[in-house]
Amino acid sequence: MATNKVTTRPAPGAIERLYAAFDDPRRRWALYAVIIALLLLAPPVVGRYGTVILTNALLYVILALGLNVVVGFAGLLDLGYAAFFAVGAYTTGILTQQFGFNFWLTIPFALCAAAIAGVIIGGPTLRLRSDYLAIVTLGFGEIVRIGARNLEITGQASGLTGIPSPSVFGYTLTGPTTYYYIFAALAVLAVIAAQRLLHSRLGRAWLYVRHDEDAAEAMGINRVRVKLAAYITGAVFGAIGGVFFAANLGAISPQSFSFQQSVLVLMAVILGGMGKIPGVILGAFIVILGPELLRDIGSLRLLVFAVILLLIMLFRPSGIWPGRRS
Amino acid sequence: MSLTDILIQQLVNGLVLGSFYALVALGYTMIFGVIKLLNFAHGDIYMVGAFVGFGALSLVSGTIGAGWMGIFVAMFVAMIAVGFLGVVIEQVAYRPMLSAPRLSILITALAVSLVLQNAALALTDGQVTAFRTDLGFGGVSLGAVFVNYTQIVLVASAIVLMIGLELFVSRTMYGKAMRAVSLDKDMCRLMGINVQRVIAVTFFAGSALAAAAGVMAGVQYGRIWYFMGFLIGLKAFTAAVIGGIGSITGAMLGGLILGLLEAFATQIPHIGGEWKDVFTFGVLILVLVFKPTGLLGKSEVERM
Repeated sequence: MATNKVTTRPAPGAIERLYAAFDDPRRRWALYAVIIALLLLAPPVVGRYGTVILTNALLYVILALGLNVVVGFAGLLDLGYAAFFAVGAYTTGILTQQFGFNFWLTIPFALCAAAIAGVIIGGPTLRLRSDYLAIVTLGFGEIVRIGARNLEITGQASGLTGIPSPSVFGYTLTGPTTYYYIFAALAVLAVIAAQRLLHSRLGRAWLYVRHDEDAAEAMGINRVRVKLAAYITGAVFGAIGGVFFAANLGAISPQSFSFQQSVLVLMAVILGGMGKIPGVILGAFIVILGPELLRDIGSLRLLVFAVILLLIMLFRPSGIWPGRRS
Repeated sequence: MSLTDILIQQLVNGLVLGSFYALVALGYTMIFGVIKLLNFAHGDIYMVGAFVGFGALSLVSGTIGAGWMGIFVAMFVAMIAVGFLGVVIEQVAYRPMLSAPRLSILITALAVSLVLQNAALALTDGQVTAFRTDLGFGGVSLGAVFVNYTQIVLVASAIVLMIGLELFVSRTMYGKAMRAVSLDKDMCRLMGINVQRVIAVTFFAGSALAAAAGVMAGVQYGRIWYFMGFLIGLKAFTAAVIGGIGSITGAMLGGLILGLLEAFATQIPHIGGEWKDVFTFGVLILVLVFKPTGLLGKSEVERM
């Protein structure tokens, strides 16, 4: 593997040309059409098991795009992203199962809860140095997981089961194919949202703060507010993923929101290329489909993955498909 | 048990726990001092130390037994081997990244942590390994409180190691160089100090102390597993922050304070047991928010 990395390295030109071809605005609409067609046609082709895996990959596209706002756009290392995912899933779980809410009504509550969680973790800590922030987010992720494991209302270690399936116009949403299409639609929405955010005033402020915090502040950008906005945006993406994750499985438990989960999402962002939306999507597919393809090597696959992450950081630190600005 | 007995019991527990935290926190703080890197892999170095110590103990237990003699030999072997592992990690993973953006080197450290963890996971199949020793169950009684000899020897060895480190840092050439590098790396280079070597020595010392703590934890708790470094890594970092990151005395103090806090917190209703980790992270967040320089740290002005 190491040799492979080294040999491909001297010729980045070819890879870059390929990416440039995808970035070309003239080809863009054709590319979008191909991607939408592939998304629509995938379930019958890949079969039931493949559909479930692809659904999971699409969930990770949403989560990775959300974390990318925090890490890639604003340059803040968040090691507890699974906490926001958990907040979304548990809010929906608790409200539908214990308070008899309609599924769709829980979404605004979940988003508010995630935003509040983003403010709680971000508010006091965003003034800290970046490495302190990383460890505080890690601690926060653990607090949420331990809380979910021990609180009565979250069902403790066994979690919540029997979360009712949502329905639209009397039609109940169940089955892997239905959820595949739901997640595909959400992922497309997430891509559009991330793209719009990146090119907004706020998006430019994020890039500026990441690039040079002091200069950004000197130009009148309120860095704490801008960073907080990144946190809240990331939290909202995570919560949406969590809400539909809960609806899809009908059951959630603390194991789904561990530190490993946060790391997996972070890996998707870094593998693909921090800040680069197509790169992050690619990264999400790699972290989910990669282990499936490597299933034969069993317990070694996580090790292989960790080594790949290390090699990427050493030889291609801006990811497989890096942004032009970085 | 009377209240005094409970307090004494928790004091003893806190000291044992605190000396483990202090040993691991020292590595964090030393490495942070010289290269300003938060070494996420440090907890996993501790875990590797426990496994190397376990391997060494299994090898020597046939000849010199698995008593204190064997344990100290195993601890020494683990410290040397893991010290070199620390140097290799520094050379391979961190050295090329020193000039890279901070986010990249943090993620590299995270990747090193994952590599170590998953290598141990693959080698042990995720099973908990029993760390068997021939130590007896003797001890001394203080009223209703029973203190194991094992605990006494472990705390004493931790203290010896910390005194050794303190002497190394304050009395030797490398110690002086280490302090100088943590103040101003570029100036050290101009003064003819081999900065790279000083960094390597720092990684060696920090990793060796973590390895010693890992072996001690194996002896104390009797079981080791691939994920044992995760939580202690976080807590030792908390300890280093409480003491003031970059300060060696601070790390020792922070470790002991955190150990004692945790031990006493287990006695408070609703905080004990499962919630004690939440308590620790709560302390971390409070310290970072209200006194980010910790007890003994110097405030650092970020220059543009």
